[in-house]
Amino acid sequence: MIQVVEILTRNETRGRRRKKHVVSGSDEIITLNNVSKAYATGAPALNGVDLHINKGEFVFIVGDSGSGKSTMIKLLLRELIPTSGDISVMGYDLVRIRHRKIPKFRRNLGIVFQDFRLLKDRNVYENVAFAQRIVQVSNKEIKRNVPSILATVGLAGKYKAKPRQLSGGEQQRVAIARALVNRPSILLADEPTGNLDPKNSWEIMKLLEQINENGTTVLVVTHNREIVNAMQKRVVTMKKGVIVSDEEKGGYIDED
Amino acid sequence: MRISTLFYTIKQGLINIFRNKWFSLASIATIGACLFLFGLFYAIIVNFQNTVKTAQEGISVTVFFDDGISQERIEEIGALIDKRPEVSDKRFISADEAWETFKGDYLEGYEDGFTENPLVNSANFEIYLSDVSMQPALVTYLEGVEGVRRVRRSEITAATLTGVNGLVAYISVGIIAILFAVSIFLISNTVTIGIAVRKEEITIMKYIGATDFFVRSPFVIEGMLIGVIGAMIPVGILYVLYNKIIEYIILKFSILQELLAFLPVDTVFGTLFPVSIIMGVGIGFLGSITTVRKHLRV
Repeated sequence: MIQVVEILTRNETRGRRRKKHVVSGSDEIITLNNVSKAYATGAPALNGVDLHINKGEFVFIVGDSGSGKSTMIKLLLRELIPTSGDISVMGYDLVRIRHRKIPKFRRNLGIVFQDFRLLKDRNVYENVAFAQRIVQVSNKEIKRNVPSILATVGLAGKYKAKPRQLSGGEQQRVAIARALVNRPSILLADEPTGNLDPKNSWEIMKLLEQINENGTTVLVVTHNREIVNAMQKRVVTMKKGVIVSDEEKGGYIDED
Repeated sequence: MRISTLFYTIKQGLINIFRNKWFSLASIATIGACLFLFGLFYAIIVNFQNTVKTAQEGISVTVFFDDGISQERIEEIGALIDKRPEVSDKRFISADEAWETFKGDYLEGYEDGFTENPLVNSANFEIYLSDVSMQPALVTYLEGVEGVRRVRRSEITAATLTGVNGLVAYISVGIIAILFAVSIFLISNTVTIGIAVRKEEITIMKYIGATDFFVRSPFVIEGMLIGVIGAMIPVGILYVLYNKIIEYIILKFSILQELLAFLPVDTVFGTLFPVSIIMGVGIGFLGSITTVRKHLRV
């Protein structure tokens, strides 16, 4: 636990240092102003969305398939550009950002997927070290950081295991370790419990909550009604490309 | 770039090669075949050029004079020949020298029957050329000079030598160009498959914040390594074969021995080795960089 606090306190310090880049509100880390995204065919995936998330918040984004959740995640990763509106994440203007600046921007984000997306031919240690190699951290630092973050997610003893030798919950922990090892300011989790049983789902959510308590802003896109209702966090509900509800301590709103 | 990143990139490039080993082997084999032919034609061309150069040095045009020509006129003709740029050297052979040479060559022991020099009109200039292709122009010029009775060309025709040299060069360039295109195409295919195999990994890399350079460089390294391996194999084979082939030619076609002038193996490979490696790396680089640009818009 001491290690978790240490790593996440460093995140907080980094976040504070970045404050100078933030152009919108003082503590606002994610800002969407009147954002729309239309694809070539069909109805717009997002339609005039406004969303403001402060540093250190824990936010659930819920909604049925086709509600625009995935499009929002892609916009926040700068995988997509909005058709209209403005998006600012950690002070980066994601509409006007230069292509060569995108990697630097993404290094401040941690991302966790439903299907874990681990490299199957590499062991747990290598999967996490991979994230550090990409951002060109020295081998010496990698050897120090990776065991520490694996201890944080409770996988210190399984660093040699290949993904196929791990349970779904353990694989998701590796993915979280990989997302955290570069000390991001924001953690985006896209259906992180989608492939897990209830017990593992709870453990993963507790881990995300712990990460959030130590300063990292956490955004979780989920379908898991039980967890959303139980955790009593901010809940943003989407339907057909618009935000239909945004509650400080909300629950999962049933579809009519 | 950190040293550890450089090693990581090279390691990933090597892993790529082993992951698609059959395509990598096909690319290496094609580059190998391409550079083997290049090396072979290069060796043929440089040796042929050496032969032509040696032959040129021995080729002469002989100029005979009109009967009763004065010594002054011979000297004037000599001065005109000296002015020609294609002439590297000339030698005056007097009638007496010509007779002495003839006697030595053909009449050994039977020359006593001649009381006078029968080759009294055989004084001549032996002209050596610096450029064999200019022989016809020089002959035409000399035939128009006053006081010249006859101009004799050497036995090896200049046109044949330059013609064959040019033909070999054109055929070589044509075949090599086709093979280069095939090599680049195959490397491009290998890299495309490598990208498809690693698509998941590339996506994760992009999400984590890898730069374009970091994502692309293992594939470029892969192409360049294929190029280097593809270059070293044929150069090595040619190096071993070179002397054996020359020995074989001399042994089997001894008639050619006087005609052909072979270069030593180190002279040929001093140039061929670095040129082949550079070409291999170049083909690998071109094939991979164009493909990663096309398929990896990261």
